[in-house]
Amino acid sequence: MMLENQTLAPSDGYVTADGRQIGGVMMDLRNITLRFGGVEAIKDISFDIREGEIRAIIGPNGAGKSSMLNVISGFYVPQEGEVWFNGAKRPPTKPYQVARQGIARTFQNIALFEGMSVLDNVMTGRLRQMSSGLFSQALWWGKAQTEEVENRAAVERIIDFLEIQSIRKTPVGRLPYGLKKRVELARALAAEPHLLLLDEPMAGMNVEEKEDMSRFILDVNDEFGTTIALIEHDMGVVMDLSDRVVVMDYGRKIGDGTPEEVRNNEAVIDAYLGVSHD
Amino acid sequence: MFYREAGDFKTSYVADSQTFPLKLDKVGFWVTMMVAWGVIPFVITDYWASALLVPFLIYAIAAIGLNILTGYCGQVSLGTGGFMAVGAYACYKLMTSFPDVNILIHILLSGGITAAVGTAFGLPSLRIKGFYLAVATLAAQFFLVWLFNKVSWFYNYSASGQINAPERLVAGFAVTGPASPAWAQYLVCLFFVTLCALIARNLTRGSVGRSWMAIRDMDIAAEIIGVNPLRAKLSAFAVSSFFVGIAGALFFAVYLGAVEVGEAFGIQKSFLVLFMIIIGGLGSIFGSFAGAAFLVLLPVALKIVGVDWLGWPTDLVAHFQLVIVGALIMFFLIKEPHGLAHIWGLAKEKLRRWPFPY
Ligand SMILES: Nc1ncnc2c1ncn2[C@@H]1O[C@H](COP(=O)(O)OP(=O)(O)OP(=O)(O)O)[C@@H](O)[C@H]1O
Ligand SMILES: [Mg+2]
Repeated sequence: MMLENQTLAPSDGYVTADGRQIGGVMMDLRNITLRFGGVEAIKDISFDIREGEIRAIIGPNGAGKSSMLNVISGFYVPQEGEVWFNGAKRPPTKPYQVARQGIARTFQNIALFEGMSVLDNVMTGRLRQMSSGLFSQALWWGKAQTEEVENRAAVERIIDFLEIQSIRKTPVGRLPYGLKKRVELARALAAEPHLLLLDEPMAGMNVEEKEDMSRFILDVNDEFGTTIALIEHDMGVVMDLSDRVVVMDYGRKIGDGTPEEVRNNEAVIDAYLGVSHD
Repeated sequence: MFYREAGDFKTSYVADSQTFPLKLDKVGFWVTMMVAWGVIPFVITDYWASALLVPFLIYAIAAIGLNILTGYCGQVSLGTGGFMAVGAYACYKLMTSFPDVNILIHILLSGGITAAVGTAFGLPSLRIKGFYLAVATLAAQFFLVWLFNKVSWFYNYSASGQINAPERLVAGFAVTGPASPAWAQYLVCLFFVTLCALIARNLTRGSVGRSWMAIRDMDIAAEIIGVNPLRAKLSAFAVSSFFVGIAGALFFAVYLGAVEVGEAFGIQKSFLVLFMIIIGGLGSIFGSFAGAAFLVLLPVALKIVGVDWLGWPTDLVAHFQLVIVGALIMFFLIKEPHGLAHIWGLAKEKLRRWPFPY
């Protein structure tokens, strides 16, 4: 098949089996190396994420997957390599600036704001759409007020979309695990991101919750055209959801391609079934 | 029985995000405002003003200020006394340098100057947090008190080292100086409390407030979500210090009239305001009022009960007070971190459902 990474020119798109049009390269990671002291968490990895795509990153524990998302988020600065976003090389950028460029994410260990209500958590996701200053807000006058109402309306649409209307006013600290994951997705979606990074969105969920979450991810991609990169351990989910898969092991890339290609890849089979790492 | 949401449907997001969603709360608020503005000024006595109402209002402002920083933004500060001193000395210098300018403007400007100083002392918060930040603000506390003692320019080279508030008028009535009547002092403080509470309420319901709370709850996630930590923390220091500076200016100019810095704005003051927000409720404006009221009332109530009724010696009652405050702080820290405000909220919740338990 022509979906092998290297055979695609950056500007080319392709059409998926289910007829979705995938565009050119949005995020291009070139020869990324990331070290923590002596530990090389990422070793010279390159891959890209295309407009409109659902891109999975898989690999055994400690492979460096979360570190990779942290590089994209600007939270870790790689010692070597370049991050290209929307066709331009990204200079050193603070995480909050990356977020404001339209890259939103969820975390492997839920990172909600526990002392705030669901609504406030999701509203926090809209910071990049809100720009009224301290004085306007202190007097609750002009822009502060209109902006709050407009963004509240947008947030309500996301709350409806994810079916969490009934817990709007609940402090997130009181929610069960599965709902917390969903609220975290809502917070990320509130930013109306171009690129959505999901770090194990279904970890620890039961089958039903996983199905719900898979449906939401597909809907987000389909309805909003959001590009998604996700890390997931459940191979069934990965095979169902993703257009292309990157496989990492011990900080190296050992496979990259469509789910079928990856499934039949020798190195990948070894990494998963061969020697266990721990 | 009438404390219900029934028939009180929200038809817009504006209505849904208002300050008092329940009608009775709103009524209660306006009744309080009417009594505070329309009744108390006519009946207030010197004793009520100096023992209870004026200190309550001033501490409420300081508590709102510290609550913004600690309760909302999660940055612990032990420098409240020092920042109140900045407000007091700024006000003194402004009053004596520009005697023709209205005192209300001086008090506002004192808040502004304190905001600038507070922001500068907030810079370490970008690097350190928790216990280490608390120690850094403690250093600010001692440095500021030392500074106002040492540099005689701040007290206009007076021999005593004290600062004294000259008489200043608002609309023809003295609000500072020995001749100012109780009702005028009260009204000035009430004006600033109302202003500060309104600003605090507005800031905490919008995106600025959410940025603060996000930093408080999980600073790393907040930054990755899009909160600029520098802006969030420094704005919290600025707004907090603005309020604390106003409180300091009022404490000096309106309440005490004469101030010796170590005595009026020492480390005890920092702890007192901190205790107020712990008892009243971290992250609650209502809690700031509740905590200030509680700790202003407590010594007065204990004195009446202990000294006047039971005839105990004064120093015994004073020690007893320390024990009570200490026990309360431990209770609230362990059992009820959201303080009196939360207890009040729970009581209302019960009332809302009464007489049905579910
Ligand atoms: N902040 C850090 N400091 C030091 N080492 C780190 C840090 N973050 C990650 N590592 C190391 O980098 C390696 C990759 O970690 P990472 O969390 O990216 O793995 P992962 O693929 O997400 O694993 P998992 O499936 O368990 O989530 C691990 O060896 C980890 O110990
Ligand atoms: Mg991980």
